[in-house]
Amino acid sequence: MAAVEVHDTPELQEPERRTYLNAGHTLSSWLLTVDHKRIGIMYLIAVTSFFLVGALFAALVRLELTTPAGDLLSADLYNKAFTMHGVVMVFFVLIPSVPATLGNFLIPIMIGARDVAFPRLNLFSWYLFMAGGLFALSAAVTGGVDTGWTFYTPYSSTYANGSVLLAGMGAFVAGFSSILTGLNFIVTIHTMRAPGMHWFRLPLFIWAHYATALIQVLGTPVIAITLLLMMLERGLHIGIFDPTLGGDPVLFQHLFWFYSHPAVYIMILPAMGVISEMIACFSRRRIFGYSFVAFSSLAIAIIGFFVWGHHLYVSSQSVYVGLVFSFITFLVAIPSAIKTFNWAATMYKGSISYDSPMIFVLGFMGLFLIGGLTGLFLAAVGLDVHLHDTYFVVAHFHYIMVGGAIMGFLGGLHFWWPKMTGRMYPELPAKIAAWLVFAGFNLTFFPQFLAGYIGMPRRYHEYPPEFQIFNVMSSGGAVVLGIGYLMPMIYLIWSIFYGKKASANPWTGKGLEWTIPSPPPTENFERTPIVMEEAYEYSHLEVKKVG
Amino acid sequence: MGKFSFWPESASSFAWEVDALYIFIGLVCLVFGLGVFLTVVGFAIKYKRKSDDEIPEQIEGNLPLEIFWSVVPLGIVLAMFAWGAVLFFKMSTPPAEALNFSVVGKQWMWKVQHPEGKREINELHIPIGQPIKLTITAEDVLHSFYIPAFRTKIDAVPGRYTTSWFEPTKAGEYHIFCAEYCGLDHSRMIGKVVVMEPTQYTQWLKNGNVAVASVAGNEPPEAVGARLFEEQRCVTCHQTNGTLGPMLAGVFGHEVKLQSGETIMADETYVRESIMNPTAKIVAGFQPLMPTYQGQLSEDQLIQLIAYIKSLSQTGIQTQAEHRAENEG
Ligand code: HEM
Ligand SMILES: [Cu+2]
Repeated sequence: MAAVEVHDTPELQEPERRTYLNAGHTLSSWLLTVDHKRIGIMYLIAVTSFFLVGALFAALVRLELTTPAGDLLSADLYNKAFTMHGVVMVFFVLIPSVPATLGNFLIPIMIGARDVAFPRLNLFSWYLFMAGGLFALSAAVTGGVDTGWTFYTPYSSTYANGSVLLAGMGAFVAGFSSILTGLNFIVTIHTMRAPGMHWFRLPLFIWAHYATALIQVLGTPVIAITLLLMMLERGLHIGIFDPTLGGDPVLFQHLFWFYSHPAVYIMILPAMGVISEMIACFSRRRIFGYSFVAFSSLAIAIIGFFVWGHHLYVSSQSVYVGLVFSFITFLVAIPSAIKTFNWAATMYKGSISYDSPMIFVLGFMGLFLIGGLTGLFLAAVGLDVHLHDTYFVVAHFHYIMVGGAIMGFLGGLHFWWPKMTGRMYPELPAKIAAWLVFAGFNLTFFPQFLAGYIGMPRRYHEYPPEFQIFNVMSSGGAVVLGIGYLMPMIYLIWSIFYGKKASANPWTGKGLEWTIPSPPPTENFERTPIVMEEAYEYSHLEVKKVG
Repeated sequence: MGKFSFWPESASSFAWEVDALYIFIGLVCLVFGLGVFLTVVGFAIKYKRKSDDEIPEQIEGNLPLEIFWSVVPLGIVLAMFAWGAVLFFKMSTPPAEALNFSVVGKQWMWKVQHPEGKREINELHIPIGQPIKLTITAEDVLHSFYIPAFRTKIDAVPGRYTTSWFEPTKAGEYHIFCAEYCGLDHSRMIGKVVVMEPTQYTQWLKNGNVAVASVAGNEPPEAVGARLFEEQRCVTCHQTNGTLGPMLAGVFGHEVKLQSGETIMADETYVRESIMNPTAKIVAGFQPLMPTYQGQLSEDQLIQLIAYIKSLSQTGIQTQAEHRAENEG
């Protein structure tokens, strides 16, 4: 959709050009901004900080697990470490990762708007997110929490010591940030599209975020209520989940997974949107089967609401209920398969270049493939009886959520970094980082499938010696993975100061975001663009690759 | 238990069935995964960009192809579904002749009672070739009773009974793990199953196990239950021709008509609820008079009472419905 009214063909930029970055330099010009781009950057900083915190806890867990004996940490500290790891990574990294950062920055630009529909609400969402994060972190320093990120009752509501209330409050408050962001995106995509930007001209990034926003708005209130009930029961013994008070502990699991299964799609769908954009750009091809890819996002969002029971196959749920959930779980695998096939087909007869974001795309495809296929083992109910709550599940969801979602996030960050900062990062370290992440990831998590099948349960501080070899491999891989994740933090920050200046369109992309200068001016577009082409119209290129 | 390997030990009749499904799904995934992987790598090499201004041919999509790659995987995953479902059904339906063991999980140990009354902690001795059914509950939080070598796992849920069954096929010692996170010493809530030749098992039952000899009461649970039934004064209302409460002979395993008009199957969970929370489900024709026994009975005692009530239905005593029909007729 590049053939729009582009006026100021952005030459190499003169330094005085007004951009969203130099629009104000004071701290309050950031903290009080309503510019979606600045808010996206503030989320990026916050999410990256939480990622470091989550990674620190992961390092403790992996270090402990290198030997079978529980020697480095006490059982109590170990349990608190994996709980904080899960809470921080799920609620404060994975869920906001792509939508709150790249989504905030790009959605208005990609649809030709000047901002989101409710800019102040957008800023408010950021504050809610930070407040939630502070609650969660204060839980860690005021005694810690050892319930696991799943907060299963009656352990969390009656038996656990520690700051369960603070951690629950953290997830609860951050949930509202997520709901409001989703709402903002839905209204933005409905009402703010530029003239000519029909639904079927939208980039797939937008479709993916639209589907995600639906889940955020429909699902998150359920987890909010569930956590609230858990906290009320803990504080006031109201008897919803604790059987000695007349409650039902399994009810919590149903409510929890009614949100948390769809939540895994909140994590992966936006990353899938990122992949679609990058694969189109680096193959110079319209996404093969555009409408199938678009509708598969919606199908995943909808069917994803009806599979939660696959987390409860052995939780005393009736046999027939288990069978129904198994069936629907297998169905939800199909839209993911459709996406994968269409991405592969997009490369067919393309013109593929291997700039670093494309390496992340290939890494994503490999890891997501393994993650999705291993979901089939778990979906088969008779087999899941054995695999449930073992390291097989741990490996599966890391492949999807970390291999898939974080790989997509990192790729997207590289892809749009020139747009966001106006600077190019160095290519070679970026390529090395992408390969390191891919290799380190497989080394860390593939052995966990094997450990899981021979029966190693998850959340074990100590384990019988026959599992050690897998754990040693896993901990070794984590070191490689850690280096892979640290590298971008270094060279990306370096590039802000020393990187080459980026042109408006360094990758010869076709989205509206590539028609405006890098970094964009505060108002994004000087004049509202008029869209006259479909997305990914790579049959002609106007912009020659510079820099 | 033993040393490192890539495959779990196989010691129940389910083990090879679960493994077969694992291998089937594994092979399908390998073929598919490799197919996609090689395709992507192939395209990546073949269609590498040759010049900066290269413009490739544009292809919209291809409907027959989309249908093909939706329908074929759908067929394949439905086959996986069917296989997993049949297997699960089997794993959830214990045969009638299975011996019934009871298991109670508590932070952080497993308490087991044999049908003959013998008790053990964190150990489960069983004979080869005999189907075994476990009726499981928990005293405090959720736990999960997992025996990897048998490929079986079932959550222990406070306030409910769950069941699991297996038929051990190979003598040896195997891990019992708690698979549902349950707090501080979750990873120490482990034990072992000892599978023995039937003759050895009978021997073991007779000689007892020195280590757990101190655990009181090796009587059959229904015998203790019968005593509890007296001691707790259940008899005052539930005696043979009582009008205060329904007679309990022949109730277990049959449908019960409730005040609300519903009927419900009287299983362990129902009986348990009737004891702990009597007003939740009132039997048609009775008043909500029964006091709650919440806090007065331990999980073990509940299991014994239920075993007794169950035994009332197995001794050929006439059922409540028959009794009523007689009275009316
Ligand atoms: C091909 C599609 C998929 C299938 C068939 C599938 C199947 C399953 C099943 C059956 C389980 C339950 C296993 C158990 O607890 O015993 C599971 C767990 C899980 N899956 Fe997937 N899955 C798929 C894709 C995904 C995606 C896309 C994500 C995330 C973005 C994801 C994240 C998770 C998580 C987080 C858990 C477990 C979380 C926990 O217990 O803490 N899965 N999956
Ligand atoms: Cu446990």
